[in-house]
Amino acid sequence: MESVLQSVQGFMYPNEVELQWGILIVLYPFTTGLVAGAFILASLERVFNVEAVKPTYRLALLTALAFLLVAPLPLQLHLGHPERSLEMYLTPHTESAMAMFGFVYLWYLMVVLVLEIWLDYRKDIVLMWRESSGPTRWLYGAMALWSDNISPASLALDDRIGRALTVVGIPSAFLLHGYVGFIFGSVKANPWWSTPLMPIVFLFSAIVSGIAAVMLVYMVTAWWRERAFDMGCLDTVARYLFYAFMIDFSLEMLDLIHRIYEADESFRALDFMVHTRLYTSQVLVQILAGTIVPLGMLGLVQLVQLSEKARRRIYAMAGVLTLIGVFAMRWNVVIGGQLFSKSFLGYTSYKMDFATREGLLPAILLLILPFVILAVLIRLLPPWKVQRHGAGVSG
Amino acid sequence: MSGWLKDKGHLARMAGLFAFGITAFLVFRWLMVPAGFGLYGHYRAGALDDARARPLHYAGRAACEGCHTDIVEARQGSRHARIGCEACHGSLIKHAQAPTEVKPTRPDGRVLCVRCHETNPWKPKGFPQVKVADHSDSGPCTACHKPHAPKIS
Amino acid sequence: MNPDRRAFLQKTGKLLVLSASASVAWEAIVAGRPETAENYKMSDHWWGMVIDIDVCIGCGSCVRACKEENDVPREPLFFRTWVERYQVTPDDLEHPTVDSPNGGYDGFPVKDKVDEKVKHFYVPKLCNHCHQSPCVQVCPVGATFVSPDGVVLVDKTYCLGCRYCVQACPYGCRFIDPRTETVDKCTLCYHRITKGLTTACCETCPTGARQLGDLKNPKDPIHEFLREHHVLVLKPQMATGAKVYYNGLDGSVR
Repeated sequence: MESVLQSVQGFMYPNEVELQWGILIVLYPFTTGLVAGAFILASLERVFNVEAVKPTYRLALLTALAFLLVAPLPLQLHLGHPERSLEMYLTPHTESAMAMFGFVYLWYLMVVLVLEIWLDYRKDIVLMWRESSGPTRWLYGAMALWSDNISPASLALDDRIGRALTVVGIPSAFLLHGYVGFIFGSVKANPWWSTPLMPIVFLFSAIVSGIAAVMLVYMVTAWWRERAFDMGCLDTVARYLFYAFMIDFSLEMLDLIHRIYEADESFRALDFMVHTRLYTSQVLVQILAGTIVPLGMLGLVQLVQLSEKARRRIYAMAGVLTLIGVFAMRWNVVIGGQLFSKSFLGYTSYKMDFATREGLLPAILLLILPFVILAVLIRLLPPWKVQRHGAGVSG
Repeated sequence: MSGWLKDKGHLARMAGLFAFGITAFLVFRWLMVPAGFGLYGHYRAGALDDARARPLHYAGRAACEGCHTDIVEARQGSRHARIGCEACHGSLIKHAQAPTEVKPTRPDGRVLCVRCHETNPWKPKGFPQVKVADHSDSGPCTACHKPHAPKIS
Repeated sequence: MNPDRRAFLQKTGKLLVLSASASVAWEAIVAGRPETAENYKMSDHWWGMVIDIDVCIGCGSCVRACKEENDVPREPLFFRTWVERYQVTPDDLEHPTVDSPNGGYDGFPVKDKVDEKVKHFYVPKLCNHCHQSPCVQVCPVGATFVSPDGVVLVDKTYCLGCRYCVQACPYGCRFIDPRTETVDKCTLCYHRITKGLTTACCETCPTGARQLGDLKNPKDPIHEFLREHHVLVLKPQMATGAKVYYNGLDGSVR
């Protein structure tokens, strides 16, 4: 414990030396960001009728669900008393962004995602219920709420409601991740966090990460299933990724330029931190490798005619770099915000363990878990056209 | 199914599921929120009692002055008069509660006096400070200064 | 009666009288002169503190007393109150040299070579018991709150250990108690002040640099002090409604 004192440079208030929020808290905005971003991509097709991205619609929804289910887990692991976490629902403090977020999360999970997925898949669920046997039959029956009705009228109603849900879902997705940004941005005690831009920067980097994630998931599942990539779809998704990235990059640059120009009392301390303890993660990983390089690659595709093979390679590379960059952004916000002293006179360091409750190992496992859940969801609710015996093609 | 529920049966079931969930939550909430929550504000009123029930370690100078009237007299008008007894003698609640059973230990002047009176530029200029090594390098402070009335007249 | 027996009887008599008066005196203390513990009405009080930088000698008695009174973990990472030592070049307020070895628990070691031409002083710090407290604002469940008598307290049976309040405090006065995994901080010795005693830090401060004050009590000396001195709170730009008033606070203090 006292070893962290050794790494203190300058002066820190004695209680500040140990970091309060570690890698688990970095994971949390990362996962909720993927959720919001994946959903925005899904809504492109449903609400804005961008037909080209239709192949990713269901996949995006399932990806969002998988990540949303995992999102509270790093928080639970981090809490001193996870058994008391229900208190946030029993006696939420309405002035606290963290408390109200519990309800935003619940709303988004139950009303937006689960309902929308249910309505979109209901016909397939009922058909699978009719065709399966054993415990799977019971499962699909439960998912259909034991209602057998898939008449055209009922499906048309589902479609109308689903579309309305997606419309409601867009501001809900903005609220979901904007809120996480607000949780940081509203802390006046911390100048690295406190800015009205924080919810917006978080939201746009979420959209970027979500689109990149769905794009990669689509490419991986298509490769796994040995199907051809729908390049029209991929090119459109990559184009929207590029647009979102441009906006996100501009917003982050705006924040940076604003800070440098105003140079308030915290600036010197933060500037020093970015040039020393945060240099690798902020300048090299987030800005260079995680933003400028993928932005350049995606921009190149917009400007120059490239072969399908080249484009596929660029999209894969850019997608991976984007995700690394957005993760680094979350790291730099959460960890970076605690590396400097609120006296602006000193710095500490983050000691991450490996196999402890808040260490690297649980973080890695929690990053893998959503893909495991996604695999199960894809198995249960296949997002692509399924050949049916007798009932005809559905999907 | 006929009437207005035609083709809406599945929606009715989903709505029923939600209604059940919300009701179950409200019941659970009614059972689980601790007593006294919200009485004075958004917190459990019992927390105030918990905060008040912490055990004491320092008795406070009034407790000492009740019995040790001779010391009170000795300190009258001295430079140390304003200092609480336990500032030097340590926490004495046990002694105040059972004066004959628990006896406090005499503090060591070389540690105690030096902590306040060793010269250093951070101390206010008007405060009496000495470089102890030059002042009395081996003798105890109490050889010349009575701790309750330290001024040598 | 032989002299030994007389001496014995005298000694015993004295002891009995002393114990009796001690217990009577103690009852009065526990009862909290002039009000008894049962008669403490929260709405009659609004607690604050005055810290006089001009007389603090950095002895660390307050830090030691607090750790003992409130059973604070002894490691150098957890403090309900601590003392900072400042060294300031007179014309450069923006770059003070500050340290707080073990929070000032053992006092401050005398340095051999000290530049006499700069400003030197000590600054005791603690929870400021803000009445517009940002830490209370962010607590998701209501585990920390401002009591009706102006003390910011923590409900240890309700705290989740989410640490949001630790992030939100501009003064760095909160920490997580590793033994209970809940938040802990200065309680203004609530268990003492509600009994008519003063806080442990004020009790043991030898120079009177720290004084508890009841802002609702018209006879409390804090009113005159605040009237007669130019005082500051820490980080006034944060508008936290801090109730710890510093006399002689230098512009370099963070």
